[in-house]
Amino acid sequence: MRVELVGGDKQPVGAVMVVGGGIAGMQASLDLADQGFKVYLVEAKSAIGGKMAQLDKTFPTNDCAMCTISPKLVETGSHPNIEILTNTEVREITGQAGDFSVHLRRAPRYVDTSRCVACGDCSNVCPVIIPDVFNEGLAPRHAVYKLYPQAVPNAYAIEKRGIAPCRDACPAGQRAQGYIALIREGRWQDALRVIKMDNPFPGICGRICNHRCETACNRGLVDEAINIRALKRFVTDKVYEQPRQPVSAALRTQPQRVAIIGAGPCGLTAAQDLALAGYAVTVFEAMPVPGGMLRLGVPEYRLPTEIIEREVQDIIDLGVDLRLNHRINNMDEVFEQGFDAVLVAVGAHEGVRLPIPGAGLDGVLVNTHFLRDVRLGKYSDGAQGDAELGHNVLVLGGGNVAIDCARSAVRLGREVQMACLEGWGQMPAHEWEIQAAQAEGIALHPGFTFERILDDGNGRVAGVECQRVASFSFDERGRLHVEKVPDSTLVIPCDTVIFSVGQRAGLAFIPGDANVGLTDRQMIAVNPNTLATSRPGVFAAGDCISGTAFVIEAVDRGHTAARSILRYLQGEALEPAPKPELPVVRLSPREVEERLRDGEIHRSGRVPLPELPVEQRINSFAEVEGGYDEQSAQAEAARCLACGICSECMSCVFACGREAINHDEAERFEEVRVGALILAPGYQVYNAHLSEEYGLGRYPNVVTALQYERLLSASGPTGGHVKRPSDDRSPKRIAFLQCVGSRDQSHDYCSSVCCMYAAKEAIMTVEHARAEARDGNGAADVHCQVFFMDTRAYSKGYEEYYRRAENKYGVQYTRCRLSDIKEDPQTKNLQVRYAAPEAGADGMIEQEFDLVVLSVGMEIAEPVKQLGRTLGVQLDDYGFCHTTLFDPLQTSRPGVYVAGPFREPKDIPETVVEASGAAANAARLLAPARYTLANVQEYPPEKDVTGEATRIGVFVCHCGSNIGGYLDVPGVAEYARSLPGVAHAEDNLYTCSQDTIAHIIDQVKTLGLNRVVVASCTPLTHEPLFQDAIRQAGLNPHLFEMANIRNQCSWVHSSDWQGGTEKAKSLVRMAVARAARLEALQIREVPVNNTALVIGGGAAGMVAALTLAGQGFPVHIIEREAELGGNLRRLHYFVPSNGDSGRLSPQEYLADLEQRVNQHPLVTTHLSTELIDSAGFKGNFISTLVCQGQVSTVKHGATLIATGGVEYKGREYAYGQDSRILTQLEFEALLAASQSALQGLKSVAMIQCVGPAEKYCSRLCCTTALKNALKLKELNPQTDVSIIYRDIRTYGFKERVYTEARRAGMRFIRYDFDRKPQVILPDGEGALAIRVWDLGLNRELELKPDLLVLSTPIVPAKGAKELASRLKLPIDMDGFFLEAHVKLRPVDFAVDGVFMAGMAHYPKFLDETIAQAQAAASRAASILSQEMMLANARVAHVDALKCVGCLTCVRLCPYDVPRISLDFTGVGNILGAAYIEPAICHGCGSCASECPAQAIQLLHYTDVQLLNKVDALFEVDVQSAFIPLESVEDRRAGQL
Amino acid sequence: MTSETFQPNIVAFCCHYCAYAAADLAGSMRLEYPTSLKVIELPCTGKLDVVYVLRAFEDGADGVMVAG
Repeated sequence: MRVELVGGDKQPVGAVMVVGGGIAGMQASLDLADQGFKVYLVEAKSAIGGKMAQLDKTFPTNDCAMCTISPKLVETGSHPNIEILTNTEVREITGQAGDFSVHLRRAPRYVDTSRCVACGDCSNVCPVIIPDVFNEGLAPRHAVYKLYPQAVPNAYAIEKRGIAPCRDACPAGQRAQGYIALIREGRWQDALRVIKMDNPFPGICGRICNHRCETACNRGLVDEAINIRALKRFVTDKVYEQPRQPVSAALRTQPQRVAIIGAGPCGLTAAQDLALAGYAVTVFEAMPVPGGMLRLGVPEYRLPTEIIEREVQDIIDLGVDLRLNHRINNMDEVFEQGFDAVLVAVGAHEGVRLPIPGAGLDGVLVNTHFLRDVRLGKYSDGAQGDAELGHNVLVLGGGNVAIDCARSAVRLGREVQMACLEGWGQMPAHEWEIQAAQAEGIALHPGFTFERILDDGNGRVAGVECQRVASFSFDERGRLHVEKVPDSTLVIPCDTVIFSVGQRAGLAFIPGDANVGLTDRQMIAVNPNTLATSRPGVFAAGDCISGTAFVIEAVDRGHTAARSILRYLQGEALEPAPKPELPVVRLSPREVEERLRDGEIHRSGRVPLPELPVEQRINSFAEVEGGYDEQSAQAEAARCLACGICSECMSCVFACGREAINHDEAERFEEVRVGALILAPGYQVYNAHLSEEYGLGRYPNVVTALQYERLLSASGPTGGHVKRPSDDRSPKRIAFLQCVGSRDQSHDYCSSVCCMYAAKEAIMTVEHARAEARDGNGAADVHCQVFFMDTRAYSKGYEEYYRRAENKYGVQYTRCRLSDIKEDPQTKNLQVRYAAPEAGADGMIEQEFDLVVLSVGMEIAEPVKQLGRTLGVQLDDYGFCHTTLFDPLQTSRPGVYVAGPFREPKDIPETVVEASGAAANAARLLAPARYTLANVQEYPPEKDVTGEATRIGVFVCHCGSNIGGYLDVPGVAEYARSLPGVAHAEDNLYTCSQDTIAHIIDQVKTLGLNRVVVASCTPLTHEPLFQDAIRQAGLNPHLFEMANIRNQCSWVHSSDWQGGTEKAKSLVRMAVARAARLEALQIREVPVNNTALVIGGGAAGMVAALTLAGQGFPVHIIEREAELGGNLRRLHYFVPSNGDSGRLSPQEYLADLEQRVNQHPLVTTHLSTELIDSAGFKGNFISTLVCQGQVSTVKHGATLIATGGVEYKGREYAYGQDSRILTQLEFEALLAASQSALQGLKSVAMIQCVGPAEKYCSRLCCTTALKNALKLKELNPQTDVSIIYRDIRTYGFKERVYTEARRAGMRFIRYDFDRKPQVILPDGEGALAIRVWDLGLNRELELKPDLLVLSTPIVPAKGAKELASRLKLPIDMDGFFLEAHVKLRPVDFAVDGVFMAGMAHYPKFLDETIAQAQAAASRAASILSQEMMLANARVAHVDALKCVGCLTCVRLCPYDVPRISLDFTGVGNILGAAYIEPAICHGCGSCASECPAQAIQLLHYTDVQLLNKVDALFEVDVQSAFIPLESVEDRRAGQL
Repeated sequence: MTSETFQPNIVAFCCHYCAYAAADLAGSMRLEYPTSLKVIELPCTGKLDVVYVLRAFEDGADGVMVAG
């Protein structure tokens, strides 16, 4: 699709957004960034790497996946033109191709990647443990985590799911999940710290809180809520049994003073907050003790005094001025004393006496006074004769305070009864309180009104007259209306009545003109958000504004009041700014069920709490409730479901030395302008839990293939030793089940990769077992069996690999689809049953396995489908992105391209191809805007240090405690100072921090340093940063050396302080020794010719040419034939494909392509032309062409090989001996040419895998056979078609063609190479006969078809081998061109500047060819788009005067770089010496180490530099060990 | 010196791209090994000159490991 840009001549935006940071996203980003575009790489996870990073090995080379992907990760992470946006999703796009606005949602990471040094200190202290998604749930992980050890960005992230319901339910926002997790870990002090962050009264709340957290707790969905209050109490008990640590006074930083009236929980909380904020705080308390209701309202048996005193003291010790017995009578007085703000927190201490007759009698008490008097010791034990408190006590009221009064009276030895308005079940007191009261012998009379109190005749209470209540209600003004039961009067005899029917504040001190408003109910009126009263500077909080509430609410109000007062004193707006809140995590019953099923949760009720027996408790005020011991507390804590994931316990914040963590980070919404988008969001593996017959989740020893990858991986949960989950034993019999979530009723496609990864996993299993047997750790006898339908080994090297699994590794392949698995409950082994021809009487075989691996297929994840819908690109029924045959990487929306499995299931090389291809599409659209947004870094002029005395600066890093915690960093710095050449050495807390970098730059300048050594972490991640720093200081970046004293010292010798320190000194000594001989290297610039040469004029060549010419690069196509078109010219039909109707036929498409090539002004076509020679290197080639004897030359910067392939024609199956035997292309031509020839055709047979296809799979033939068979059926429905095949390899969506063919009634006959079909030619006119052993029926068949069609493979084009040798390009065993790396460099050659596309590489379909041609164009454009190429400075350099021209380097170089050049004179003045072009040298140094004349040095790794390092290691005198070597630059100058 | 206390001095020449990165990973995974092993980074094991190995032995190495 050619897209016209908005407004015609408007310049597009020179930036591209790549969505998805897997291998496709990285490749597309690198291609575009190298070509001068700004790239935004958007990734939903916290690191890029995608699925490939999770894999163990890759097929067919068995390369370690991480080793191959890692350089790409680092390159992507450090590319100046790539901005990685992690934890980010695309919400919306507007605009059109060339100029889009992308709206992003950037979820908070909570860790600043620019500060994080990936030391892991945060993760070490994180108490939250959740299943590690990267390890597919096979290992635990912390809430603060790095996705995987090599993650890019190399930084931690915090996962938050939301607010745990316990925290949400708590008025003070207590992080219950956090302290519970810390209790589980036995970290009592840390747990208490978490509690105290939100609540200064943990011991108090641990006893008397009404714990709404427990009501909200999600654990209640499983069995019982966590006993959160008891755990809180446990923590305080644990910590408080230790001597109290003195609290130091808070620093006063603010001039203002705050008065707080009331030393209850609310006032004290506010006092604490304000003192910590730096204000002077005075608390006025009318009573002789602080603590308010806690101290005077709650009975001792519930809340021991010592706890209150301790927690109050912690606040007073902050420097709060507490004035006891100091009643405030006048608000103005307070201001007159110079206070700037006042908080009224006087509580509600006035008990309410109902206005009923007799309320004034002796022996009538009110709750608050009674409880206060009890606490202050007015009634000592056994003082029965006390005048005020009689013997028979009746408490009026049904709330918690009433029960407190009643239970207190019991403890004073009284007979106690209670009466209340509310009936059973309606009483406001907690149920457990009511039960405890009853257990203590308190008689309850619920459902009564109190009519009057009877006089005993002496002015003292004799009883209460009550009436039974029928119903009652309150009106809108809070007035009570009661309907009584007639004639239900009852007298409850007693000598004492305690009213407990409500409390209110004592506000006597506020005069009417104090400008503080009151409510109708005699509470102080406040703004509920700010707690400000109507008088400026006066705030009120706690029970005096709300009526009695729980202590936790008082705490919350205290914090709120303090924040409000802070804003007031700082002159800010009083109303708090709205804060984005995380959602509250409510688990669904379904999720709970899933977690139970997966064994993440096990049902178990609360761990019970000990309680004081009734007989003991009624006689004393001893605490009734006991606490947990350590073991039961930890067991109870372990029941927590960690709902919020991160609990914000702040342990990480305290641990992080870099202040990199910010829990308040909020999600951000950003808008980015880009010209194009590339979608590479990847796939998810099929959720095999849905295939319940296989028992994933239910049976521990059934795992998915991705889980198995982690079990195989050395960095996985089992350290690379395959252990089965149920018992950690090494499995000896492993079954692989293919097509789980592919080729089934809910997936009509093949996932393309499972057959090969199963073969790989089986091979690796055997390899592991063999290795362990060699090490004496196990037996090598491991049995792998694959249950499959067809083996889809359809790509380069796959067939050979699959056969190797079978033949060399003994992997057994069984062709069947298992219908279910059963587990032996004892052994946890797994049993399978299947039908097999070789089985006994019932035809069934039963087998037992230790482990079953499900080869799960690919699906598109729901968020990816959502992305597709958001972007308005067309998706298919399964959510795959729809594209067309001729434009395979173009979505339905112009300017939006697609790569990887999002388009169709595919493996890594094709994904990489598509990524580059999509990049080419974007580059073509945006070519005019190249380099408009790319970054250019400016540096000061470089200082020449040659001839200067060596002055080395050494900077030794503590890395927080990562180095400094394990070895003596200052000692290492001190030692460095003693080393020769060192002018300065110092230690830094974090050498990579911005301030230290600035400091290094400064030190280099002021101290005149000319070499810098940093001893810290690894150069792989940090060398570029420090090199950049010294460049900013005017030094050549090569004058830098690192000593890796973290990853290779402190982290691996953490238990050996002395040894680690000594080794660090050695590493620094070695680095200094090398640094002394480091030399400045110049990065050379080489001009680039921006023309491309494309060899081959078929579809691949033409598409590549148009892709490049479309970006403004001149292109020459050379074609040996007289016309363009190649194999495309011989195609007549395409495979039918849904949703793609109305497209061009192959010949129409070819005509269009040819026309575009011929008309393009930048494309020059050379027909009937061959290439006879090519010289030069990337950016600067000269090729010689010959056309009908005419020789010409072309200068170009890149070469594309697109020489195609041809259909094989051999003598197999009597081809060429009978006109009724055709190849598929011949048959296709027949189908196209003459329908008459098809008349009367009764039967056609096809034989698959002919000739060379017995060795390698030619990929196309199955689909082509089905395509032609279907065409035949369409034209001639009555013709019978028999397809004689080995495996039907219709991978990806081509599976649909196979399904269609079966529906159309084709006959499929399976054969084996052991018994190939026999073609019998008739002697004369008779019929053809084919004899074949049908493996399905297990008998021989004879077919007599009218036509036999041979599916012959594609073989390399004639002349490919010769071309390869002319261009010195490698070819594989089958004659196809060999790419630089099968997985990650699929269109590159090892030789730079040469690329390939199409069937020259391997047989492939047209859409694959087009994608690959675009990919090759993209790779070429990475060179052609540069004006100048920067040559690597660390390259091999030949001292011509020492060269004998022996050719060792020429033969040895893996990149074919050295040549003997006549421009130089070698040893003995003989003309010709080796020359290594710096622009293309890879710097591996092989030539330098092998050169017999030692004429070659690898710059930056010279012999003297490396030998210095060796000598320094052993403290051999480095100076005397120097090899005299004149400056390389001098030699070069002298020579050139 | 008994065999239990003998800690051989080993020099490991490691390829920048693989073995050196693997040694870093060993650090990330906190895998402990004796301090008497020291890594010298090479751009590629192709750069290993036999002279380096000999020099290491000459200087007192008990073992030389080449990993790449």
